[in-house]
Amino acid sequence: MESDYAIIGGGVVGLSVAWGLLRRGRSVTVIDGDDAGPRASRGNFGLVWVQSKGMKQPRYAQWSQTSAALWRGFAGELGDQTGIDLGLRQDGGYDLHFSEETLAETVAKYDVLKRELGGDYPFEVLGHNALRKEEPHIGPKVVGAILHRQDGHANPLRLLQALADGVRRAGGRVLTGRKVVAVDRGDGFAVACADGTRIRADRVVLSAGLGAAQLGPLLGFRAPVRPQRGQVLITEKLPPLINRPSLIARQVNEGGIQIGATNEEVGLDDGVTRKGLAQLAQEAVMAYPALARAQMVRSWGALRVLSPDGLPIYQESPTHPGAYLVTCHSGITLAAVHALRLPDWLERTPEAPDLEVFNETRFS
Amino acid sequence: MHEAELIILGAGPAGMAAAARAAGFGLSVLLLDEQPRPGGQIWREVGRAGPLRGDLLGRDYTDGARHVDRLDHPGISHLGGASVWQVDPAGEVAFTRNGAAQVARGRRILLANGALERPMPLPGWTLPGVMTAGAAQILLKASGIVAERAVLVGAGPLIYLVAAQMVRAGTPPLALVETQTLGDVLRAARHLPRALAGMGYLLKGLGLLRELRRAGVARFTGATSIAIEGTGRAEAVTFTTGNGPQRIACDTVLLHHGVVPNTQASRSMDLPHEWDDAQRSFRPVVDAWGRSAEPCVFIAGDGAGIAGAKAATLTGQLSALAIAHDLGALPEADRDLAARPLRAKLALETAARPFLDRAYPPCAQALAPADETIICRCEEVTAGTIRHQAALGCLGPNQTKSFCRAGMGPCQGRYCGLTVTELLSACHGRPQQATGAYRIRAPLKPVTLGELANLAES
Amino acid sequence: MKPAFRDLAPDGPRVILRIDGHDMAMRDGANLAAEMLAAGIMPFRQTPVSGAPRGPFCMMGACFDCLVEIEGTTRQACLMEVTAGLDITLPKGRRDA
Repeated sequence: MESDYAIIGGGVVGLSVAWGLLRRGRSVTVIDGDDAGPRASRGNFGLVWVQSKGMKQPRYAQWSQTSAALWRGFAGELGDQTGIDLGLRQDGGYDLHFSEETLAETVAKYDVLKRELGGDYPFEVLGHNALRKEEPHIGPKVVGAILHRQDGHANPLRLLQALADGVRRAGGRVLTGRKVVAVDRGDGFAVACADGTRIRADRVVLSAGLGAAQLGPLLGFRAPVRPQRGQVLITEKLPPLINRPSLIARQVNEGGIQIGATNEEVGLDDGVTRKGLAQLAQEAVMAYPALARAQMVRSWGALRVLSPDGLPIYQESPTHPGAYLVTCHSGITLAAVHALRLPDWLERTPEAPDLEVFNETRFS
Repeated sequence: MHEAELIILGAGPAGMAAAARAAGFGLSVLLLDEQPRPGGQIWREVGRAGPLRGDLLGRDYTDGARHVDRLDHPGISHLGGASVWQVDPAGEVAFTRNGAAQVARGRRILLANGALERPMPLPGWTLPGVMTAGAAQILLKASGIVAERAVLVGAGPLIYLVAAQMVRAGTPPLALVETQTLGDVLRAARHLPRALAGMGYLLKGLGLLRELRRAGVARFTGATSIAIEGTGRAEAVTFTTGNGPQRIACDTVLLHHGVVPNTQASRSMDLPHEWDDAQRSFRPVVDAWGRSAEPCVFIAGDGAGIAGAKAATLTGQLSALAIAHDLGALPEADRDLAARPLRAKLALETAARPFLDRAYPPCAQALAPADETIICRCEEVTAGTIRHQAALGCLGPNQTKSFCRAGMGPCQGRYCGLTVTELLSACHGRPQQATGAYRIRAPLKPVTLGELANLAES
Repeated sequence: MKPAFRDLAPDGPRVILRIDGHDMAMRDGANLAAEMLAAGIMPFRQTPVSGAPRGPFCMMGACFDCLVEIEGTTRQACLMEVTAGLDITLPKGRRDA
């Protein structure tokens, strides 16, 4: 098997990059695992989100803003190609606050970031009454919210499905049920799988989520990623109750209300706990009291893929030129830049984005 | 927080027998069950309905009353109306009762969750008026309500029992549309010598068939291309037999082609399960005492593999013996001595099973439904969609779940899980075991956010 | 239309509850889904996915097709008992946000 690119990892990140490369006429083979395994692409919250990101690194805020701005066109093109509606809504999103102090602190941080971004950070503060006009079901304990106009949400599972479909339609080859065991270098790369499959490619992109921690060193990467668990729950399908999404809850396009998420350092344990779910429920009911009567129908734990500072890593291998590490926490938000901008970086075109600050050498 | 040495989930044959036996050794037992009164589905409401309708329901039903009576023991606390929504292997069980979420802690847990009807996706099976044969029996037992103008569709001894009970109630079914063929019965015959040890079951079956013949109930066998027709509700069953296409107008259609272990709780603890080819279903892996891979968790009754109510009372007791020994209430030698007669009876009880499994195999059309047939009732996903997702590279049910929502609804895959596994297994030519099953997580039953929030530590 | 189910013993004390705003007399303490079937109520609901009509399927709390709404919460009718004054709404149709 010969391809311009072998992409190790068929989640949202790997498929977004694959789709973008195919769109430019490159040949791509995506190597994906089986039904088990910690798949962040199946468990994430589905926000296309800008606010609160890059508070310490404005370049990350910009990168997220670029992606959010590209998302509509990306969703449109992918939707036209596959017939799948990604459920994108970009009408703003909230950071809800239960105390005046935390609200004021956050606003102060956003003001700093806004100056660093030259003013392009469209947020506004809504007090309780103003918020209630927008969200009639908001509870009395919510003192206010930051409404950020660049925020929104999409259906992440439809995105995953559309990418899996779109990559195939565009002529990409997707090998499933494979486990990569070695990557050999010679004339290009040869990726060897446990079942004996070998894929030859000029270049390799490692986008295997938490799997990069093991596979990275084979290609000369440090790949310092760790799991962080987020528990999420979802209610039965309800009539419209929440207008805009927040970090606490969002109403998905099918009607269920998704509530998240915990932040837990528990290694590879992706289980759910009664304590975690009860805390999520408590906060959601405080934000939207009508939810007390709603039935929770599902819950899950998913593992975030985090670098030490939480930002993405985009790195070409120092020892294996032509091998790239692509990993991030926010694969949904960044799907549009991964599809539409990252190929410029991989192909070194004049339009290549400057991703220097996302080098993994920042951790050495 | 409730505390008990043994928490049993399910007050059916296995759970009740285990509770009585364990309490006999002095253990404190908390018996949680979703129904208001004990009995499980097989002996549903036997305390109330036995005296009223015992004649038409038969001895096998009224016999359940003595198991219910044995729960009257100071060591047993039975909580009815308790919907368990989380179990963890360390011994904590969360449940909702009377609108409040509660937690119980035990040193051992016994899952006695019984069986579910095998999903039977046929065209029109989601129409109002289509129910399981088990549902018809529950209506008769619990409420004294019987379907008029009903057709029974599928295969297996339960169909004959339900039909006979309907005859005795003065409301015979319009017809039995059976999917097994004469060939199935002939192929099963090689298991007859062993089945003769379980002669009682075979004689009962023949007796039921005689009863139906005398009542003039029409029987069609080897039925294929079955569909339920109707606008807004079931109006007719259509099918094909050797004599050509048939159509029977009716108000109610009762489906059945066997029962399968209810593995929701055991799956939710990530316990190992294995594919049982004879019963075309998964069952949890347990040892001869019902102990699972988690040493404090036992599984007894049909939830550990289908063997019927009488066998369930025996496996429930075997687990109780092992648990009593674990907790220091029963010496090893006494445990083994007490187990011996139980195991001997169990061998007799299960003798007819291989014959029955082969004589009444699952309906082939429902194991591999046509593309247009809905297989996930909650999210209304068709078999064709699952096959399409297989072509997109989905190897297992958790991938199709995230691609097309099959299994995401409130029933949590109870009525689509096996179908999806079978479809993917067929699409990729991989065994069911390798294809796998839905990963089940809390809540096993829905719980309101208000109830859940009240458990948060403030 | 005529109910598809026959009640073998239609006696016993009845209480009044409301279904979609209509008063109905049902047997006190009886299984709610069974009483609704005996009263000829069908379907019980329309699904939130497509609006398709549904009624009880399993009668043992597993299938969730007998869902009804009681005081703002969806409940499985087959796991409820009839009590005086229950105020029941039959769920109607799609729930797209």
